Amino acid sequence: MTEKVHTMHEPADESVDSAARSTGGVAAPANKLIFSVNDLSVDYGAFTAVRDVTLGIYANDITAFIGPSGCGKSTVLRCFNRMNDTIKSAKVHGSILYHDIDLYGPTISATQVRRHIGMVFQKPNPFPKSIYDNVAYGPRLAGLKNKSELDELVETSLRGAALWDEVKDRLKSSALGLSGGQQQRLCIGRALAVKPDVILMDEPCSALDPIATARIEDLMQEIKQQYTIIIVTHNMQQAARVSDRTAFFTTEVNSESDRRTGVLVEYGRTDSIFSQPVDDRTEQYVTGRFG
Amino acid sequence: MTAVIDNTSPAPAMVPLLSDLSSVSGRRRNKNMVMTVLMGVSVVVVGFVLLLVLITVVRKGWSIVVSEFPKWFTKDIQLSPRRAGPGMKAAIVGTIVATATATVIAVPLGIAGAIYLNEYGKRSAFARTLRFLTNVMAGVPSIVMGLFIYVFWVVPRGVDGLNAFSGALALACLMLPIVVRSTEEMLRLVPQNLRDASLALGATASRTTLTVVIPKAAPGIISGSLLAIARAAGETAPLIFTVGAAKATNWNPFSGTNTSLSLQIYANAKESFPTAQERAWGAALTLIALAFLFTFGARALSGRLSRTTES
Ligand SMILES: Nc1ncnc2c1ncn2[C@@H]1O[C@H](COP(=O)(O)OP(=O)(O)O)[C@@H](O)[C@H]1O
Ligand SMILES: [Mg+2]
Repeated sequence: MTEKVHTMHEPADESVDSAARSTGGVAAPANKLIFSVNDLSVDYGAFTAVRDVTLGIYANDITAFIGPSGCGKSTVLRCFNRMNDTIKSAKVHGSILYHDIDLYGPTISATQVRRHIGMVFQKPNPFPKSIYDNVAYGPRLAGLKNKSELDELVETSLRGAALWDEVKDRLKSSALGLSGGQQQRLCIGRALAVKPDVILMDEPCSALDPIATARIEDLMQEIKQQYTIIIVTHNMQQAARVSDRTAFFTTEVNSESDRRTGVLVEYGRTDSIFSQPVDDRTEQYVTGRFG
Repeated sequence: MTAVIDNTSPAPAMVPLLSDLSSVSGRRRNKNMVMTVLMGVSVVVVGFVLLLVLITVVRKGWSIVVSEFPKWFTKDIQLSPRRAGPGMKAAIVGTIVATATATVIAVPLGIAGAIYLNEYGKRSAFARTLRFLTNVMAGVPSIVMGLFIYVFWVVPRGVDGLNAFSGALALACLMLPIVVRSTEEMLRLVPQNLRDASLALGATASRTTLTVVIPKAAPGIISGSLLAIARAAGETAPLIFTVGAAKATNWNPFSGTNTSLSLQIYANAKESFPTAQERAWGAALTLIALAFLFTFGARALSGRLSRTTES
């Protein structure tokens, strides 16, 4: 593990990570805190989809969000790059600090946020354009026109996404001709081309077969050296395999309505979440007796 | 610990009987047969009517178009309807000029309106009102559009108001709701996940619309616009009060009276002289051929476009 030098003791570390719970054994050196989420709640109209989420995300970690469907994993994930702005009824309360900047601050532009925090979606969604144009889309948005620089960036991004060797001879052909797994790696490469800091992945493998899934998981291990990854998955084995930290969400019945609101139950190092969960609900979920 | 799922209880027998798989009930088979026959009959009826129209128009219009070829396309219209012989250039030009001008007005406006409705206005009160007005506009009879332009645009200008541009305004009013509705429909079909992909890369909403949504919807937008253009090209009513009644070719949409193929069909068919009747059929054949050529060419174009974006 290439842990970043632990500059200073960060007070948020202990309090946020593993909510007043020993991580067991020797405390592993924590990476730098990159996001700190405080009392985050999201409403869709009058319905509160998820409430009171407080956690910290660490640089170069893979953080997994797990939990039964409908517990607000995607909703929380989409707060990190302000994708919820695109949903009219969605309202975000609380704050997300990204390197100490409030992402929902009045002067923050959502488009700029998204250039730092990329996203890969559940269903591969390449543009109906060539493979090259897909990867070049983000850099072109940022104003890059120079052909040789673009070529180089496309190559490094596709190499970064472990797709280069498969597509280098057909960069000009349509991205829609790729297999599902290749399309998803293309989407990862397309996100990498913007040179983000963080990559959000919302169930990136749920539409893929096991072999394509394994490739994406390997890829995540490779790119975590340079990026911070947050992945939503409802596959617990996947969370256990790939992630450093795991946040378990579930739903609670509302007092005022019969709709269920998502809450964060437990957050900590993946091995301890899976081997010695503190909360009963977490234990039931990770042992497969619930959800 | 209490076991939540009991895996030991046997699954209920769900194996279907083989007879269930093979037999289709008699009632369903009969229904299927009746429906198939009905559909076959309607195809034949529609096809027959269409063929009858085409054959009649070609048979009656052919001789004047090809006699003394290419005079039909190069000479102006006979001054007296009684006189025999070809010459329909003025009307061909008039149709092209008026339709093209209407297209220039209505298509960009309609596409812009649809983009507003689907990408920005969505379900807001203003967008809903606009959508409602578009639907109302689509239901207005074309002669009312002509009358409207006549009263509010032609009359204030007097004789100078009678030109291809006035006709084009009336045609544009007719095309606008068709373009808006078909374009909005096409934009709605663009999957949200493509917009999300673009936005997540840091694109603004307008950039997303221009570089992702419109290219994806382009083939559909084009065919919708073509439909509107083809409809306008064949319209008579909006032109009756608005373009005047010229017999000489006039390429200028903004000044001088004009005419069109549809107006010539109308004017000549009214006359009792066989010469005029023949001219009307010739104009009908020309209009059909023009519409056909146009649709065909545009189909090929939009086909090529969709191929380059899809593959
Ligand atoms: N665009 C939306 N509008 C209204 N409700 C939504 C929307 N998206 C999600 N929800 C609701 O919010 C809750 C959480 O959804 P989501 O975040 O997608 O859950 P998960 O990803 O954990 O399955 C669900 O009850 C869902 O129905
Ligand atoms: Mg989800």
